[in-house]
Amino acid sequence: MTECTECGADVTVHDDPMIGEIVDCTTCGAELEVIEVDPVVLDVAPELEEDWGE
Amino acid sequence: MSDVRVGILCSRIRSDERLLIEALDERGHEVVRADIRKLRFDLDGTPLTPEGTPHDIADVDVVVDRCLSATRGLYAARHLQSAGVPVVNDPDVAEICADKAKTSLALADAGVPTPRTEVAFTQESALAAIESFGYPCVLKPVTGSWGRLMAKIDSPNAAEAILEHKKTLGHYEHGVFYVQEFVDKPGRDLRVVAVDGEPIAGMARYGDDWLTNAARGAETEPFAVNGEVEELVRAASETVGGGLLGVDLMETGSGYTVHEVNHGVEFTALNGTVETDVPGAVVEWLETVATDADTIRAEVTV
Repeated sequence: MTECTECGADVTVHDDPMIGEIVDCTTCGAELEVIEVDPVVLDVAPELEEDWGE
Repeated sequence: MSDVRVGILCSRIRSDERLLIEALDERGHEVVRADIRKLRFDLDGTPLTPEGTPHDIADVDVVVDRCLSATRGLYAARHLQSAGVPVVNDPDVAEICADKAKTSLALADAGVPTPRTEVAFTQESALAAIESFGYPCVLKPVTGSWGRLMAKIDSPNAAEAILEHKKTLGHYEHGVFYVQEFVDKPGRDLRVVAVDGEPIAGMARYGDDWLTNAARGAETEPFAVNGEVEELVRAASETVGGGLLGVDLMETGSGYTVHEVNHGVEFTALNGTVETDVPGAVVEWLETVATDADTIRAEVTV
């Protein structure tokens, strides 16, 4: 469990988080990116860009 | 199969990348991850860390480009290839698949059925193309995915408004108007993931909307890939240059038409739909790619 950088609510991350993984805050809906894993640090994920996707 | 060293070039880790990394780990392969946002490349293709030292991803058997950004992935793949590192997908393949106009040309050149398409470069000529197709027809950006900025045009008024909006978006790529016939599919389309044309698995994607992307919440069910679909997947893969691809098809009533070939294919939805271990099958294929690349390098060295 760690804290949302946007609203401060508790956010659940994967048991084995990976740097770059995206976590949704279920309280405020922010998309957060895992930037450190030991301990877990989150930051707001970058905005969607036009050439993203498959 | 002996262990291989696989580079994963990425930014965000989607569930697809997690599945792939876990499948590689399970088979005892070494994974070297590199965040494209932190790399830079010099002219011999060497990827450099923020400290200016060579990144370990240059010293692997094969790199898998899993960048969310098609543009960044393409440039990085070109540089890595220049440094002698095999990349999946090959940047020549990525260049075709990342551009809907180039993909349509490649499919048409190979005789693969694909929706009728015209490309125009001004609002006036785009409107003429739209009028020639009649209503409804479809306007798509030449790059992008997940169904973003795609428009089903139902009337001349809508056409004029959408073309004006496209113009004000600003980016020069929005001045390439990709106009396509509207295919009245039976509420679903098909996605087949294939490696060098060999299908791993397929699914049908259902939705009430005219767009049935899994990323937009489409329902999915397994689709057995055989016969005509299998042949079309093979031909579509071959004409863009092969690799790990997601081939999208629609049923027309009299057959099938291929509307997209995706080079950065997402497979989480497919993996959750079918019994096949999709990431496992991708890793098995990567093992052969790495082995073939080693053989070629050994021959060049001798």
